[in-house]
Amino acid sequence: MTPYNPFNRNFGSGTRTKAVRPDMKWHELTRAGNIYEPGNANTYETGDWRSIRPVWNKERCIHCLFCWRYCPDASVIAKDGKFETFDYKHCKGCGICAKVCPVNAIDMVPEDEIEKVKEANKDEN
Amino acid sequence: MKTKVALTGNEAVAQAMKQINPDVVAAYPITPQTEIVQIFSSFVANGEVDTEFVAVESEHSAMSAAIGAAAGGARAMTATSSQGLALMFEVVYIAASLRLPIVFPVVNRALSGPINIHCDHSDAMGLRDSGVIQLFSENAQEAYDNMIQAVRIAEHPDVRLPVMVNMDGFITSHAMDVLEVIDDETVKNFVGTYVPEDYLLDAQNPISMGNFDMYDFYFEHKRQQVEAMKAAKEVIKEVGKEFAKISGREYGLIESYKLDDADVALVVLNSAAGTAKGVADELRAKGIKAGVLKPRVYRPFPQEEIREALKGVKAVAVLDRAETFSTCGGPMFADIRNTLYDLKNDIKVVNYIYGLGGRDLRLEHVQQVFEDLENIRKTGRVDETVKYLGLRE
Ligand code: SF4
Ligand code: SF4
Repeated sequence: MTPYNPFNRNFGSGTRTKAVRPDMKWHELTRAGNIYEPGNANTYETGDWRSIRPVWNKERCIHCLFCWRYCPDASVIAKDGKFETFDYKHCKGCGICAKVCPVNAIDMVPEDEIEKVKEANKDEN
Repeated sequence: MKTKVALTGNEAVAQAMKQINPDVVAAYPITPQTEIVQIFSSFVANGEVDTEFVAVESEHSAMSAAIGAAAGGARAMTATSSQGLALMFEVVYIAASLRLPIVFPVVNRALSGPINIHCDHSDAMGLRDSGVIQLFSENAQEAYDNMIQAVRIAEHPDVRLPVMVNMDGFITSHAMDVLEVIDDETVKNFVGTYVPEDYLLDAQNPISMGNFDMYDFYFEHKRQQVEAMKAAKEVIKEVGKEFAKISGREYGLIESYKLDDADVALVVLNSAAGTAKGVADELRAKGIKAGVLKPRVYRPFPQEEIREALKGVKAVAVLDRAETFSTCGGPMFADIRNTLYDLKNDIKVVNYIYGLGGRDLRLEHVQQVFEDLENIRKTGRVDETVKYLGLRE
């Protein structure tokens, strides 16, 4: 057994770590995963959970903003009362926006197809 | 000031709780623990404590309420036995991972089934991997002393973990015993005022507790719990030394009884250690070098101290008051054998399962174990590694 190291005794017990980053070591994180910073869910990127992504069709969109209202992850970004873009860093790909869109202006496209298109474009360049 | 009194184990624990005067106690009755909270609730009714007593509808709720109270910044306690602890199971893990210093006596009783109300350690052993600190008590005195120390251990900034204080159902909980109680003021000063670091009712420092923890953080938080357990070993010793100053009784992680020159030794928890020590004395008078090791702390496991205490012994018997159904012996047997493995000095380690469902451990049984150990020592041969004591076979 490694000898008891008193230097490590106060990990996470005296200091309040504001930002928790995924690269932090166990002794750098706050004790028990306590969160001291309100509203920090924004810093936790959930976009990589997505397997299908919403793709907006500009020509069809009538800017009713049903998608904006229904998105459970606040991942539809609107500007001046109009559809602006998706926040792909947080969109989990649930497809609700596509379902509620009255004019089918949102397509749900598998992420691997997006990858393939990206690859193909790279080859062409 | 110390006073000699005659109390049952349950009364002694209730007395300790009264002197600790926790902010919140949430509990549900279960034999043989019922008396503790029953007596304690009379202290609440009589205004002898300031505690908010929550009579909940189950043990799952009892620990949940204690968690809520502790997370809110209160010094919280509960108490249970057997099925109650089993019902508490999932919430005990949560109390530990939230790092809440909840102290809770567990009056050890066999788990159903078949249904039974008497002593064994299957309840406590079911939670040995939950992340709570487990203290064991040989008699009412130790149960009382452990309760008082448990508060300091649990709340230490390096630890912040729940502490389960075990004592044997009926044998310790219901038998009248002579013990020394410390005066209220001294206990009050010893446990001090609880100063929570982080708590939900702290309006100046908003905090979110019990957050969803994914594959990218959960592992690290479990590692933190291990570190707290490591720190607990030092803290338990420090608190034990400090406790000696107010009581005259010092506590460490283990109690070594006549082990310095022992050839054969028994390892046993709780009240059976008293029986084992008595038999060891008799055998010593006959020239057999017998000793007893009683772990006071089972989680964290005092591996170094046990290895040091048993390193000169030739044959060791581990007595387990619980089955694992691994077919390879009881829970403590695995820990002790593992502990001695690195010594590579061929200490023979055997296991005896005893006392399940409240079966008495008699002096003859302990004598038989020591006799077996003497045979093993002389012949160097182990015929059966795991045996049963007091079983009709
Ligand atoms: S729901 Fe459809 S039409 Fe309405 S704003 Fe969204 S994408 Fe445009
Ligand atoms: S797919 Fe779901 S999460 Fe993503 S933008 Fe649409 S509604 Fe929001």
